[in-house]
Amino acid sequence: MEKIFTRNFHLADSHTLERYRATGGYTAIGKAFGMEPAAITEEVKKSNLRGLGGAAFPTGMKWSFIPKGSTAPKYLVINADEGEPGTFKDRYLLERDPHALIEGMIIAACAIDSHLGFVYIRGEYVEPWRVLSGAVREAYAAGLLGKNIQGTGFDFDVVIHRGAGAYICGEETGLLSSLEGKKGWPKIKPPFPAIKGAFGHPTIVNNVETIAAVPHIINRGAEWFAALGTKSQGGTRLYSVSGHVANPGVVEAPVTTTLRSLIYDHCGGIRDGRRLKAVVPGGSSAPILTADEIDVTMDADGLKNAGSMIGSAGVIVFDETVSIPEALMVVARFYAHESCGQCTPCRESTGWIYRMAHRIVDGHGRKEDLDTIIDIAKRGAGTTICAFYDGAVGPYVSYIEKFRDEFEALIRSGHGA
Amino acid sequence: MPRLTIDGIEVEVAPGTNVLEAAKRVGVDIPHYCYHPGLAIAGQCRLCMVDVEKVPRSQISCNMIAADGMVVHTETERVVETRRSIMEFHLINHPLDCPVCDQAGECWLQIYYMKHGLYDPRMADEKVHKPKAVPLGPHVILDAERCILCSRCVRFCDEITGTGELGIFHRGDHSEIGLFPGQTLENKYSGNVVDICPVGALTDRDFRFQVRVWYLDTAKSVCNGCARGCNIEVHTNRRRPHHNQGKRVARLKPRFNADINRWWMCDEGRYGFGWIDAESRLASPRVRRGSSAVETTWDDAVHLLAEGLKRYRPEDIAVLASPRMSNEDLFALGRLANHLGVSNVDYRVPPRAPGDQDDFLIRADKNPNTRGAELLGLESSRGGLDAAAILQASAARRIKLLWIFHHHLLDSAWPEADVRAALAGAEMVVFQGTNADEVSAAAHLVLPSAAYVEREGTFTNFQGRVQRFRTALDPVGEACPDWRILGLVARALGVSDEALAAERADQVFQALAASVPAYASMSYRALGDAGLVVAS
Repeated sequence: MEKIFTRNFHLADSHTLERYRATGGYTAIGKAFGMEPAAITEEVKKSNLRGLGGAAFPTGMKWSFIPKGSTAPKYLVINADEGEPGTFKDRYLLERDPHALIEGMIIAACAIDSHLGFVYIRGEYVEPWRVLSGAVREAYAAGLLGKNIQGTGFDFDVVIHRGAGAYICGEETGLLSSLEGKKGWPKIKPPFPAIKGAFGHPTIVNNVETIAAVPHIINRGAEWFAALGTKSQGGTRLYSVSGHVANPGVVEAPVTTTLRSLIYDHCGGIRDGRRLKAVVPGGSSAPILTADEIDVTMDADGLKNAGSMIGSAGVIVFDETVSIPEALMVVARFYAHESCGQCTPCRESTGWIYRMAHRIVDGHGRKEDLDTIIDIAKRGAGTTICAFYDGAVGPYVSYIEKFRDEFEALIRSGHGA
Repeated sequence: MPRLTIDGIEVEVAPGTNVLEAAKRVGVDIPHYCYHPGLAIAGQCRLCMVDVEKVPRSQISCNMIAADGMVVHTETERVVETRRSIMEFHLINHPLDCPVCDQAGECWLQIYYMKHGLYDPRMADEKVHKPKAVPLGPHVILDAERCILCSRCVRFCDEITGTGELGIFHRGDHSEIGLFPGQTLENKYSGNVVDICPVGALTDRDFRFQVRVWYLDTAKSVCNGCARGCNIEVHTNRRRPHHNQGKRVARLKPRFNADINRWWMCDEGRYGFGWIDAESRLASPRVRRGSSAVETTWDDAVHLLAEGLKRYRPEDIAVLASPRMSNEDLFALGRLANHLGVSNVDYRVPPRAPGDQDDFLIRADKNPNTRGAELLGLESSRGGLDAAAILQASAARRIKLLWIFHHHLLDSAWPEADVRAALAGAEMVVFQGTNADEVSAAAHLVLPSAAYVEREGTFTNFQGRVQRFRTALDPVGEACPDWRILGLVARALGVSDEALAAERADQVFQALAASVPAYASMSYRALGDAGLVVAS
């Protein structure tokens, strides 16, 4: 299979402008500068590129939401706040192919008529930030960023902004609040960012990997990219595989790959000869799949149909040694810790559910706890400003529903009531 | 104008109206916490959900703009269940200590739990604990455990005062309202955060634990603290006289008036009511006998004053009217002065220091009715001496009878020695007002006035808006409304004047409206709750 995102990852100097250019980099911008902005968007639409950060929203369609003929400044914001537990693919892109992101940003900026882009990068990503900053400096020095890029008259500046360590700042409007210097609280919609985003102006927020795909689409055509995937999602993508596999890491594969193939063909199967127990296929927010449910394709629709979600494509593999109640407690602690506290259902119930999960693991579970957790999770789902709580509901409900016996046995054997 | 249907009722609303407000128009109260019509939309509490046809998920009605043809349902099974859930989420970490919470009785957690909650509690774990009884400033105290984080107080300080003292700190269920480092909540409008706090998180330091709110009575009134005339409610404690340290006025709360103060009032006005139940209140007429003042009857006092007014020539009489008096009082006073032929009448006593003013509500003129006094001609346009000249003439013993209304002259810009000389210079000094001071102590005759909350009347604010204030309390002791005292004096003088013979304040106002063009066609009924602007 041809590698797209990772084609240069094995090269020691893959992050440099020189290497990027030597392997065909910055040729797509030449094409893009010769295209009408609407034609770029149309090409991306036809490629079936979908957002690779989590929501899998069609990228070209998102761009088309920028109001036509608006004279307001428009901003392109790159979400590099990769915070979904089990996800680390953007880190690789930032460290090993930062110019693909920069080139993609220039093309996206042409499409939406933006002259200022921001990369909001996770605060803990010190090395990726250092490498990306170096790449941006190289691009400026080479006249690829700044005023009058390559004599085209097109201006585009890139500002890198480091986050301060909050998961919620990976939510696109939480990110914008944080970028504006405010507390990272998601914004109520409407208005949507394409209408009123960063600093009150039309804004497109895209994931690192999504934008890194754009130069390839422009260079090789929408049809080529679309043909790599399914009817509704084109391309290959990066899967962050972690947990109890023999060879964890970032894997590039077409979105038509099955979860079984990812685990057994790409990552060497379950380590130490143990048996697979469960998989979280799309970052911690994705509902869990049992060992019997891994014959699914790893595209957005494939996982949706399997009752889970592709999310950020962070695949977390649990072998038979994992206690699901403990896993629920850990994940519940994460959501309780990271809930921004803005909306009542999320603020109040993430903590409550964590306390219940903790109590169950401690041996003080009550038999009604499981139904209570499921009930309050389902009651809160869909009632909040952002998708954070719905993301938490994924594990709350699926861990218990799919491994209820394990929870009940723990509650029965507990020394509590 | 968008036309929509809410629970089967069609309503047309102004463009930009949200569904929550549109529902109010048809009498449907959608429960809500974070939404406040005077503040930006936050959308945090998630309580105001409604179902809208053709929209798959329930929507928060505060952030949904009414659109033509929209069909809204506020009582679907899904909405009812969602409200119940949201109420449960609001209350899981709430202390539920209503018996010792000062908000009980006017708490929207209590109200909405009874209306929309009524679930069986199932929270069996330890609640999150947060700071309690934290003073945020001179007037406001915070109980973070009772806070539901609706952010109204934060938005008030960000959007209305622009002072930004408050923020929400930490995350998740450890979030709490607090002051930014180095800040104190002491802006000039800080008390409003208590009003808009829907729960017991922010309470008034001077009111809390004084009296249970269900013992309070309410009267519509107008703040007399400055020329703005913010609309207020006076909350009085008459049913538990042993509570609130025996004081009758428990608190003042702003009352919405779109043209004056909207939902707000300043702290100076809000907390400036102590004089009403102060020890210094004048409760009965007093007359000076030698070096001491003794209580006397109204008959006697009025007779004494009438005698004095008859004894001296009109040019030997001077009246210092007050812009703290109501339109009715000033009108009656003007009429009486006309009958007596007294032209030395003025109300303009300069304040000791220029009043504080801002670009929001607070006016430099700390009197509620300066405009009324102006319009009713209570000044030297009558051809007599102005206030400063009256002071000098009195000091020079050219004024024999000096009738002072309400002014605490020793608190004015006039030099103390001049005031004392004026008080000593007149043969008869009459003080008519609410509270004793050195002026009343020096007076030969003291006539106790009812405070504005003890009677009804009208003030004309600086913009010319005439506004009613209603009776909240009986007058202390034998105190009387000024217009009534003036009527008694007129009767003792044998003056025949319908306005001065009035039995009720509205009759005085009727006479005023009939004779002063600016107030033409006004009546108490027409003024209503929002007032009317004088004709220009």
